[in-house]
Amino acid sequence: MLHNLIKQAAADIAVAAPSRRSVLMGGGALVLGAMLPIRMRAEDATGPKIVGPTDPRPHAFVRIVADNTVTVLVKHLDMGQGIMTGLATIVAEELDADWAQMRGEFAPANGELYANHMFGVQGTGGSTAVTNSWDELRMAGAAARAMLVATAAQRWSVPAAEITVEKGAVRHAKSGKSATFGELAEDAAKQPVPTKVTYKDPARYSLIGNAALHRLDHISKTNGTAQFALDVRRPGQVTAVLARSPRFGGTVKSVDDKAARQVAGVIDVITLPIGVAVIAKNSWAAMQGRQALTVEWDDSKAEKRGTEQMIADYRALADKPGAKAAAKGDAAKALAGAAKVVEAEFVFPYLAHAPMEPLNATVQLTGDGGCEIWAGSQFQGVEQKVAASVLGCKPEQVKINTLWAGGSFGRRATPNGDYIAEAVTIAKAYPKAPVHLVWTREDDIQGGRYRPLFLHRIKAGVDASGKIVGWEQRIVGQSFMAGTLFEPFTVKDGVDSTAVEGASDMAYSVPNLAVDYHLTESPVTTLWWRSVGHTHTAYAKEVMIDQLAKAAGKDPVAFRADMLQDHPRLLGVLKLAAEKAEWSKPLPQGRFRGVAVHESFGSFVAHIAEISLNERQQIKVERVVVAIDCGRVINPDVVKAQMEGGTGWGIGHALRDQITLTDGVVDQTNFDSYEPMRMSDMPVVEVHMVPSTLRPTGVGEPGVPGAAPAVANAYFSNTGKALHVLPFAGRGAV
Amino acid sequence: MIFLNINGQEREVDVPADMPLLWVLRDELNMTGTKFGCGIAQCGACTVHIDGTPTRSCVTPVEAAAGTAITTIEGVQGKAAQAVQAAWQKMDVVQCGYCQSGQIMSAIALVAENQNPSDEDIDAAMDGNVCRCATYQRIRAAVKDAAKTMRT
Repeated sequence: MLHNLIKQAAADIAVAAPSRRSVLMGGGALVLGAMLPIRMRAEDATGPKIVGPTDPRPHAFVRIVADNTVTVLVKHLDMGQGIMTGLATIVAEELDADWAQMRGEFAPANGELYANHMFGVQGTGGSTAVTNSWDELRMAGAAARAMLVATAAQRWSVPAAEITVEKGAVRHAKSGKSATFGELAEDAAKQPVPTKVTYKDPARYSLIGNAALHRLDHISKTNGTAQFALDVRRPGQVTAVLARSPRFGGTVKSVDDKAARQVAGVIDVITLPIGVAVIAKNSWAAMQGRQALTVEWDDSKAEKRGTEQMIADYRALADKPGAKAAAKGDAAKALAGAAKVVEAEFVFPYLAHAPMEPLNATVQLTGDGGCEIWAGSQFQGVEQKVAASVLGCKPEQVKINTLWAGGSFGRRATPNGDYIAEAVTIAKAYPKAPVHLVWTREDDIQGGRYRPLFLHRIKAGVDASGKIVGWEQRIVGQSFMAGTLFEPFTVKDGVDSTAVEGASDMAYSVPNLAVDYHLTESPVTTLWWRSVGHTHTAYAKEVMIDQLAKAAGKDPVAFRADMLQDHPRLLGVLKLAAEKAEWSKPLPQGRFRGVAVHESFGSFVAHIAEISLNERQQIKVERVVVAIDCGRVINPDVVKAQMEGGTGWGIGHALRDQITLTDGVVDQTNFDSYEPMRMSDMPVVEVHMVPSTLRPTGVGEPGVPGAAPAVANAYFSNTGKALHVLPFAGRGAV
Repeated sequence: MIFLNINGQEREVDVPADMPLLWVLRDELNMTGTKFGCGIAQCGACTVHIDGTPTRSCVTPVEAAAGTAITTIEGVQGKAAQAVQAAWQKMDVVQCGYCQSGQIMSAIALVAENQNPSDEDIDAAMDGNVCRCATYQRIRAAVKDAAKTMRT
């Protein structure tokens, strides 16, 4: 899985030494010794092992000050998934704080203190944040609580064991003494950090699992005060936009910038290896200036194929065996003896992430040869190194200020820190003022880093009793790991594990399985996209399963349940969704439903979609019932929101979205041609959670994979037409 | 010089007449609550009120806004604004939050005019505001909650 592989890559990344370790509790600074993270596998979801350092580090994560606020230093980017709220909840619970006194702040870039234990560098992704922080934040909260109690015990000359803490109040019942955290904070910071802490008994949890807690950002994001990277205003800053090659892999041949320089507000035009930067006193002038540029591009190494040609090339490849990703039993033989065989070819288009806040970053060079960056930074550990390499400084001379990110869906984390590198490159070329690089929506839609175009071919068969006997699957598509520092850990013997995840690890009991993969190459840049390989593998698998259920004459839920007897958590969510959707009862006239169930990122999700069809047999998704098992639920409303959003994300793209190329140039330009899901497309989403005491796992991505196939299966149940080519609009189904 | 009335205050700006109001607000006046999402009136992140009507500031030349009353997220007030913001907060609508200034501006105009909007009314009023996090279900619920507040 992605996060396990990335953490191994960490060994190759020079992690920045911390420039500032003095995170404060109260007034006193306390510098902690260097601690190397102990890296654990994310699959230890059920195990007792600790992920990360084994001793408490309250000073790294908790700041309590005299005004009685408790600030949690959040090392992960909150791009909407609610991680600031989730992590603050964990600390508040162990601290016995009052939710109203909790605050959140993004931690500085500091690989030593804030590495993601699954990656080995500071960064957010792979739905790892909660699992990754669960131990260290419980320890930090419990240690801070012990230090507050020790302070009160000394101050009041009473035994610590007689002191209670509840909702932010520290009390000694016998003497009637009490104090707030704020009153104790300064002295508490001077207490020795306990080497061992006792966690709270989960039976006493009042914040973890509490659906009534509001998100920490619920006010600042409703009155315009929340600060995003695009809102950064440094004194004297200039705005830059970059003209990039319209074809992937193209380079600048010649530039005529005469007209651009005459645009009011344009300050400078700089030709760089990465494109032509227009520097202006505001965004509008920069954009107007870029429009006035005449640039000739060298396309000799650029992608000049259109999407149709690429798909034809993929088809030709799919006729030949690829590199082996999974081999169990003898699938060919089993299929030869099958009672019924189903074959299908799936095509998944390139997809853009298109976060609402376009990519942007502000860079200010510092006197020591380093720089300060303001961005919705998702891979701080990588970006520090990338910026340092552009400037020729040390990573610790790169200070990163992480701000709220207006969405990401994977886009802000890239193996080469792409847009950060652009911003630093331009700032280096224009050192006179802080530079704010801004991407327009067109830059974003046409700028690559897409979910790769994939083609799957599947042949699967059932025996006379209706059991699947064999499954052959061939996957063709680009690898966004190949050619990056992650390649050695993700691409083995020609197989990119992130391209086949969700297919090679088939959960259904299929006795004979063969999955192979063709790694294709193109200058078109690609990237992980919310739920990574599962975006296409779950779809192909779940649509195929419905076709096989039909061939076997079985009910889609019962067919799946029979094959999931060894996967109790998948079976659990399937049953829960079926019960809540009343699968066994008939639907009203004109409604049709479909199911999908899938594991990703250690969480288990079932979707049951209900659709209606208009007179042209076009899909309207009416209702989706979601069941999730993500272990212990930290914040039920945030989990619910992620299932709502993940479901919308999966369905929205399946309905209408694709990035296509004609002669190497992207056909879509903005939200008029890459049409996002809108209010009237959104179904009612009901979310049900499996009660669990297991280690919490992620929710940012697992809501995505099953949503679209559940809709496709609903369509199939009525029309008998399986939707193998996405988006649905291309097949007349939308 | 172009004279603008923004949130009840007179402001003057020295910018090209065709510069969109969005960039005047964000880059000239440092009012960053109004967001840039697409630049072609397809996403609604830049929605402000001009004389009470929700308007996409990214395609509104600043000269067209002179002589009008401009209201941005920073300056909304009154019963409808309070009802909408309170509903958004009560229901924890936001995820990334970037589109929400625009969503809220559209919603305020809707409930000020229609205090009992149907689902179709909400679709019609809000379809121009994109939320990539797909918080639509909560937006719908919050609009209905705000409308209910308006009726009481």
